[in-house]
Amino acid sequence: MFRKILLGAAAAVALSAGASFAAGKSGHVEDFDFAFEGPFGTYDQMQLQRGLQVFTEVCSACHGLKYVPLRTLADEGGPGLPADQVRAYAAQFEIFDAEIDDFRPRAPTDHFPESGLENAPDLSLMAKARAGFSGPYGLGINQLLKGIGGPEYIASVLSGYTGEEKEEAGSVFYENTAFAGGWIAMAQPLYEDSVTYADGTPATIEQMSQDVAAFLMWAAEPRMNARKEAGFTAVLFLGVLAVLLYLTNKRLWAGIKGRRAA
Amino acid sequence: MAGIPHDHYEPRSNGEKWLHRRLPIAGLLYDTLMIPTPRNLNWMWIWGIVLTFCLAMQIITGIVLVMHYTPHADMAFASVEHIMRNVNGGHMIRYIHQNGASLFFVAVYLHIFRGLYYGSYKSPREITWIIGMLIYLAMMATAFMGYVLPWGQMSFWGATVITGLFGAIPGIGAPIQEWLLGGPAVDNATLNRFFSLHYLLPFVIAGLVAVHIWAFHTTGNNNPTGVEVRRGSKQEAQKDTVPFWPYYVVKDLFALAIILAVFFAIVGFMPNYLGHPDNYIEANPLVTPAHIVPEWYFLPFYAILRAFTGDVWAVQLVEFVTFGIVDAKFFGVLAMFGAIAVMALAPWLDTSSVRSGRYRPMFKWWFWLLAIDFMVLMWVGAMPAEGIYTWISLIASTYWFVFFLIILPLLGVIEKPAPQPATIEDDFNAHYGKAPSATPAE
Repeated sequence: MFRKILLGAAAAVALSAGASFAAGKSGHVEDFDFAFEGPFGTYDQMQLQRGLQVFTEVCSACHGLKYVPLRTLADEGGPGLPADQVRAYAAQFEIFDAEIDDFRPRAPTDHFPESGLENAPDLSLMAKARAGFSGPYGLGINQLLKGIGGPEYIASVLSGYTGEEKEEAGSVFYENTAFAGGWIAMAQPLYEDSVTYADGTPATIEQMSQDVAAFLMWAAEPRMNARKEAGFTAVLFLGVLAVLLYLTNKRLWAGIKGRRAA
Repeated sequence: MAGIPHDHYEPRSNGEKWLHRRLPIAGLLYDTLMIPTPRNLNWMWIWGIVLTFCLAMQIITGIVLVMHYTPHADMAFASVEHIMRNVNGGHMIRYIHQNGASLFFVAVYLHIFRGLYYGSYKSPREITWIIGMLIYLAMMATAFMGYVLPWGQMSFWGATVITGLFGAIPGIGAPIQEWLLGGPAVDNATLNRFFSLHYLLPFVIAGLVAVHIWAFHTTGNNNPTGVEVRRGSKQEAQKDTVPFWPYYVVKDLFALAIILAVFFAIVGFMPNYLGHPDNYIEANPLVTPAHIVPEWYFLPFYAILRAFTGDVWAVQLVEFVTFGIVDAKFFGVLAMFGAIAVMALAPWLDTSSVRSGRYRPMFKWWFWLLAIDFMVLMWVGAMPAEGIYTWISLIASTYWFVFFLIILPLLGVIEKPAPQPATIEDDFNAHYGKAPSATPAE
């Protein structure tokens, strides 16, 4: 008990109580290694393209990405599709256009469609809306190196099905080791070779889960590469500035301060 | 401006003389920047500049964000995503603004605790202290309303819980809550007025900051010894002080550069560290999040709010004595605001004639216990209100009041203070030795 209090006090000292919230009966989140983790991590373009394929062929049947503009598929630091491919990709989804009072194919300036199924949540921000990690000791400092664990959570749920099902109040639930409470309403979406990757990567459940999780991280945080770059520029610039100001300050005060008393 | 004797601005050129006769603004700036400042200020005196910088940064980033944000319950969440995805540099501006609030509160807490330790609240600086407390209250209101604007789940439910506090006031509580919300529940009207006030309050804070600075420029800065600057003559005062420019401007900028390097590392590499994942889910009045947790900077007072439950005997006694008018919920609200009120009253609760905690052997211990107490409250505020946590929060909340209401008045009577240096010059020279020249280098 006392040890627990001490640990807690240590946690509070680091001003990180905001990151430490009591987890209920949370599931097991596997710590996958993604290319975009840590200050130096960037998105793996090939993985994002594979993830886009999984999302399009499997997830998009029920889930939407309503905040993600289709044109951003061409963005640098994202899946980086050529402009003509983005146009062709966008055209496969229809949208109601009030101006012509009819449906038309989507243009790159439109967004991804909304969720088609009412109880399927939109996935635009899912990778930031779930936290898989809060360690060490609930401080959450790990996320400097690992992120908050949103993509890990998604990949863990997608590959966490045991095959067991149960029926409760007319709804079917599926056992899942990563989902809080252990039973999830979504049926297992991915099976071996659910998709056939264009680049020849074997489509195992683990591979597809991680690819689509990486894609959803990009969907939630499309400007991550630019943000980290800005972070480095700022830290380097301020570091140099701090050194210069330190030297200025030392020289300035030298006339005021005598020799340090022994 | 200050009572400390120093050189005043003299217009030299014809242009300066022309302006000075009509508007002595150059003189005001000169006297403000060249104010004699105790030469022994330590690194805990940098937070004022950090806070001023934070206010400017929040106002500038905020004004840009407003250009792209839509304060409507149906569009607010999407407009924030628009900022994050489509606006040039929008993701950086928004993350800077979001994390800037945390930097603001880190700085203000260190600033307040510095004031408590070195007795900066004591005569003749009570007005500075009271204005500071008003700034702190306005900051909390601003931060709270700003957190509602993205219209995520925590925004919505945080607003529901906090405005519910006002509903606990007996009799007039319910109408006040409805008046605050603009309706029976948190909705578009709430979002609109919070947006309006979130834009207004920073400018109120800016005005209060000007008065805060005016007040302590009148009394002169406190310093780690708590000994006043000698004011007998200009020569005497110069032995105790240096002009703010360039000595403290450069020192403060150096500290600011280091603090901002850490800040930008957080913004660049872990911008959601201090946020809550639930706020990336759009507000939904039909789904309550499992844990409604306020931002970290509210946690100590949130813990005090929750600490006094109906099974605490003191709460039951108060409820009985007031014929049930002050119930447990209202008691908690009173305790939360009371915790800040007793801090604001510190100048009159502290009976010691010695200003700085450095020369108060008993006060020191109680002060550090208060600092730890604050951290414990912050931690326990994030924990569920059950089991051992209720006891920890009750003990920690009680100590907060015991410190201000009992220990602070009592220490002045029973404590035997350690000897203080006669002058600031003595203290400075004891650390750094006597300077080759007694006057500051120009």
